[in-house]
Amino acid sequence: MAVKVKSIARRRAFVENGIRYSFAAISAFSIFVLVLVALFLIINALPAFRMISPGTFFFGTVWDPTSPLNPLYGIVPLFVATLLVTLISALIAIPIGLGCTIYLAELAHPRVRAIMKPAVEVLAGIPSVVLGFFALIVLATWAQDIFDPVNRLNLFVGGVMLSAMMIPIMVSLSEDAINSVPRSLKEASYALGTTRWETISKVILPAAKPGIVAAIMLSIGRAVGETMVVVMACGNAPHLTFNVFSSGLTMTATIANEMGEVAFNSTHYYALFAVGLVLFILTFILNYVADIILNRQEERY
Amino acid sequence: MDRKLKEKLLFLLFRLCALVVVATLAVLVGYVVINGIGVISWSFLTEFPRQGFTAGGIFPAIMGTLYLIALVLVIAVPIGVLTAVYVSEYSDQPLIDFEKVRPRLRRLAVTLHLRKNAEPKRPAKAKKLRKRGSQRLFYRILRIVITNLAGVPSIVYGLLGFGMLVIFFNLGMSLIASAITLAFLVLPLVITASRETIEAVPYSVREASLALGATKWQTIRSHVLPYSIPGILTGVILSISRAAGETAPILLTGALVLKQTLPDSIFSSYMALPYQLYALATQYSDATRPMQYGSALVLLLMVVGLNLVAIIIRNKYRKKYRW
Repeated sequence: MAVKVKSIARRRAFVENGIRYSFAAISAFSIFVLVLVALFLIINALPAFRMISPGTFFFGTVWDPTSPLNPLYGIVPLFVATLLVTLISALIAIPIGLGCTIYLAELAHPRVRAIMKPAVEVLAGIPSVVLGFFALIVLATWAQDIFDPVNRLNLFVGGVMLSAMMIPIMVSLSEDAINSVPRSLKEASYALGTTRWETISKVILPAAKPGIVAAIMLSIGRAVGETMVVVMACGNAPHLTFNVFSSGLTMTATIANEMGEVAFNSTHYYALFAVGLVLFILTFILNYVADIILNRQEERY
Repeated sequence: MDRKLKEKLLFLLFRLCALVVVATLAVLVGYVVINGIGVISWSFLTEFPRQGFTAGGIFPAIMGTLYLIALVLVIAVPIGVLTAVYVSEYSDQPLIDFEKVRPRLRRLAVTLHLRKNAEPKRPAKAKKLRKRGSQRLFYRILRIVITNLAGVPSIVYGLLGFGMLVIFFNLGMSLIASAITLAFLVLPLVITASRETIEAVPYSVREASLALGATKWQTIRSHVLPYSIPGILTGVILSISRAAGETAPILLTGALVLKQTLPDSIFSSYMALPYQLYALATQYSDATRPMQYGSALVLLLMVVGLNLVAIIIRNKYRKKYRW
């Protein structure tokens, strides 16, 4: 009898361990994917730095890979375009997103919230290609009538449209941060006789600040990596410009635009991977720092 | 300024912000619906495009997107859900417990005649208290990886798919190359969503099951997972809608502007709605405008429809299981 019980227990332990290890193996797949992305980008970007000097790549101000005589691969114009588009969309999305979050989390009637939260989620779900399509046809025309830009499709149009993508991300992430502030803090503040705004500005927002900062960083990361909106709305002219009303080519748009036509194993091919690597590192840093901030916030409450 | 007045003005401002968000959604959806609704007909949905996308329909693009969704589901969901189970249920113990494994290794070494006796050579020193987290290295790496995978730009996944799957593994521009790329993209979303619902199941449910003598796996299979299925389903549907609308990765891995046949295997190229919309809007003349509006509307309906289904499922079950 005792022997039998022991053998059953052993078999159970065997099955349990087997399941645990196979689940761990499956989980390792995610790690494998990230390592794969990083390794693959590095391996394919390295030949680019052998063919073009890193100095020309990182500080070159001309991106003209298709020139038959003297192809140039300087990432600066692409980087500046990405920076400008992200800046515009951040300037629009952060204030509006924050205002909307405060309204949703603290002011809105539960019934209004029950409708608005799904609305924000649906906005987040709209495919970026549809946003790009809207920017290309409608928003660009509006901008042309109002601002009289240098080019019809320009960085400003892309940035404005991108903010429609950033806002819902911003709202849902910072709402989580505000909701994670303990109720007791809020009640203590009200008990001291403060108004609602004083409680929000002096108690809730400071307590939720790390989460909100993380939300801003994550949504900026998304804007930096977004492709379809900028490729359709920004005009894709690879010149170095600081004028937001002129067309420009961002890093993501470069890859999307040029990868299809490039010859395998050419300098251009590897240069695009180098651009991808820069993009990957940028977004990785933003995400990693945001994650650290969020973890600290979690530990606090 | 009077503090009451200041408060009123600020709250008005916040209300306006919220209004801007709703208005943006209304304008976007309204524009596509108003312009696209006239184009949609039965033949538009069931015919191949003709005369350079000025006549006929978008049937192959719809089918291509559906095939893609199905393949992504098959690849990403099992891996994503099982990873979520591991992260939320098993990560409290270290992957390999060296304290337990070491004596076994010693015994193994004795049987292999690598050493003489199974006792440790040096008597164990007084055990240093380890930091709680340091044993769970695997879990911590996993956590960092999942959050960072979610932030990798879709075009970078596209690069990976193009360079690795299309060229290196020689899958060619194909459904399977695109599906694997998209599966990489949605994997972190599936994991995060599933994990949240699994962790929301109260610990008392697990304890009750374990107290009755069930093993950990039995507890997970017959108690934790059934309660989390609605939540997992919501997460899966949302991720799928994301995959359906993504353009950048499929642009590089297999979508074609025009293909006169439906894909006959997972290794053939295909047409897809988002790519068709992009290509027509940027490379074709204004004569294809009706088809652009039609494609945009069908894509939007698909994605928004999936989103709404997910939200409805979630709201329904949130009421049913209130922990």
